Amino acid sequence: MEPFRTVRSVATPLDKINVDTDQIVPKQFLKLVQRSGFGRYLFYDWRYERGEGGSDGASVVPRPDFVLNDPRYKGSAILVTGENFGCGSSREHAVWALADYGFRAVIAPSFADIFYNNCFKNGVLPVTLERGEVRGMLKFGGDIEVDLEAGEVRMYSPGDPAAPPRVARFEIEPHRRTVLLEGLDEIAQTLKYEKEISEFEKRSGPTNGAIPPLSPDKPLGA
Amino acid sequence: MPRIVMNLVERILARASGRSSVSPDDVVFAKVDRAMVHDVSGPGVIKVFEKIAGQGIPTDKLWDPDRVWVAEDHFVPSAEKISAENIARLSEFTSRYGIKNHFRYGMGQYGICHTISHEEAMVMPGDVYVGGDSHTNTTGALGAFACGLGHTDMAYVLLNGQIWFKVPETMYFRLNGRLPGHVMAKDFILRIIGDIGTDGGAYRTMQFGGTGIEEMSVEGRLTLCNMTTEAGAKNGIVRPDQKTAAYLEERMNDAGGGTTAKVSLSRGGADYSEPDGAESDYAAVYEYEASELEPVVAEPFSPENTRPVSEAPSVELDKSYIGSCTGAKYEDLEAAARILKGKKVRIRTEVLPAAISIYRRAMESGLLRIFLDAGATVGPPTCGACCGAHMGVLGKDEVCISTTNRNFPGRMGHVESRTYLASPMVAAASAVTGRITDPREIVPAASWGGGGT
Repeated sequence: MEPFRTVRSVATPLDKINVDTDQIVPKQFLKLVQRSGFGRYLFYDWRYERGEGGSDGASVVPRPDFVLNDPRYKGSAILVTGENFGCGSSREHAVWALADYGFRAVIAPSFADIFYNNCFKNGVLPVTLERGEVRGMLKFGGDIEVDLEAGEVRMYSPGDPAAPPRVARFEIEPHRRTVLLEGLDEIAQTLKYEKEISEFEKRSGPTNGAIPPLSPDKPLGA
Repeated sequence: MPRIVMNLVERILARASGRSSVSPDDVVFAKVDRAMVHDVSGPGVIKVFEKIAGQGIPTDKLWDPDRVWVAEDHFVPSAEKISAENIARLSEFTSRYGIKNHFRYGMGQYGICHTISHEEAMVMPGDVYVGGDSHTNTTGALGAFACGLGHTDMAYVLLNGQIWFKVPETMYFRLNGRLPGHVMAKDFILRIIGDIGTDGGAYRTMQFGGTGIEEMSVEGRLTLCNMTTEAGAKNGIVRPDQKTAAYLEERMNDAGGGTTAKVSLSRGGADYSEPDGAESDYAAVYEYEASELEPVVAEPFSPENTRPVSEAPSVELDKSYIGSCTGAKYEDLEAAARILKGKKVRIRTEVLPAAISIYRRAMESGLLRIFLDAGATVGPPTCGACCGAHMGVLGKDEVCISTTNRNFPGRMGHVESRTYLASPMVAAASAVTGRITDPREIVPAASWGGGGT
């Protein structure tokens, strides 16, 4: 995975709370399993109007009032949004779509748990900031810089890019920070701790051992 | 400052991570006892396997194929070619890795993964159970630590049998007294989500206890834990008791008494059936009086938009849906049938038992006849309509009352359709009138027994 250090771009403001993964990637795309190319389905039902006779993208037209269709935010790598982003279904497709579209960081006052975890598996940084700070960013319109190493989000004044930026600090659990900084995935990361894990195993023994096995031979439908 | 007495989730995670004690916010590396993928997360996991195999990480065998089980539920019956191919891919996966517990559509027992978890006794009290679906929380009702994971995490678990968890804080919801006959567990959990909001349980455990939960059936408890997901909770849990053990044993053993498997409520010195602890064991305690609860609906477009049925708006409904892991267990169907018996539906009504075993029981006990006599359609187990994918999706501007768990925009079909979440009794009563209806309006309160499902 591409290491994450600093990302700077105009921030796309999605001023909604409780954005669920159904909205991020609607269900009709769940059966697709290739991990690339999901960007075109991101916020699909908000982003496109169905043309006559089209159902799965045959004749869709962009909704001009949706923020992803606003030319000011073209090429944006940072999404700013409301509380509880990514709630609902555990579909990892939601993060695949954000990443494939080009978002490297999402800033919100809070995230849903499974979505938050999925982000780190796919090189996307979820940044949790105070609600008031996020409200300000939703109206900001200038460039935002997310610096993972420093744990800072910097807002550059659109009127005076040379002026010192406003800085907000954020925290990320150390192991997750390492995963993104080094571009590791969870599996590679855990392999780094193989020794510690096997010592733990020796110490604790097979905790699974006492559990009765499942009974696969049971008649079906019984 | 760590507490001396651990609560239920802490005891399970301590045992699974080989520690003598854990506290909230500790990061632990826990052994997983059971893991599940279905026809959306399974193909997702296969993709992750392919990717990491390309990086030289071995993916030729699973940590323990006997602890992994597979469900076909989201896209069965196959709606079109791609879903059919995903099912084929899943079969190839289970045979390659030697997974025996694959519940196949059209081959005996199958159904919604969370329903199979209890109908087939796939998860035991005290287990750490993870699944590639957000409603994996459901199965915490059996006294397990049960939560959903994304595809990459599931792939990791299938290969290694362990995963990191941050020990969650526990919110304790105490229900005092038995639910009235017209109030179901669904009403209680919707009320809670209305009170705490859709992120009110974020990163936390929601535990249910008190006399109302002790009296509640296992299936009622499953409904509660199922919708902890809608409050953003890491997991939901109920202390396992003799009722839990009996429920599972009934499903593990033949009716004829040919087998006599027993369910243990303790493991490795930890007794998970110990009474719930003092207030200080929890981050927060919420009290509810059962006698004060009433039937509620959650209005579009969020499960937290709850209000009593008595204050619900007068909207014309197009459809009543009685299905899903939340609202189509046997007792859910029984409750709906109590309302529909001898009545006729005025709107399109679909009843989809959540597993074949439930379908069979409903057939044998005559529930299916009641539904058919009322004019409802009975369909096969599937997640199809609940997630708006197939098998009865909503059109533009259609309004549905549903026993499912989510009413986000477009969840059950067109982005401009609307869904009201409700209990099976409210959904059935509303099917009879065509508007949101209190079950007591259809069947007089005098004939209700004690509730608790």
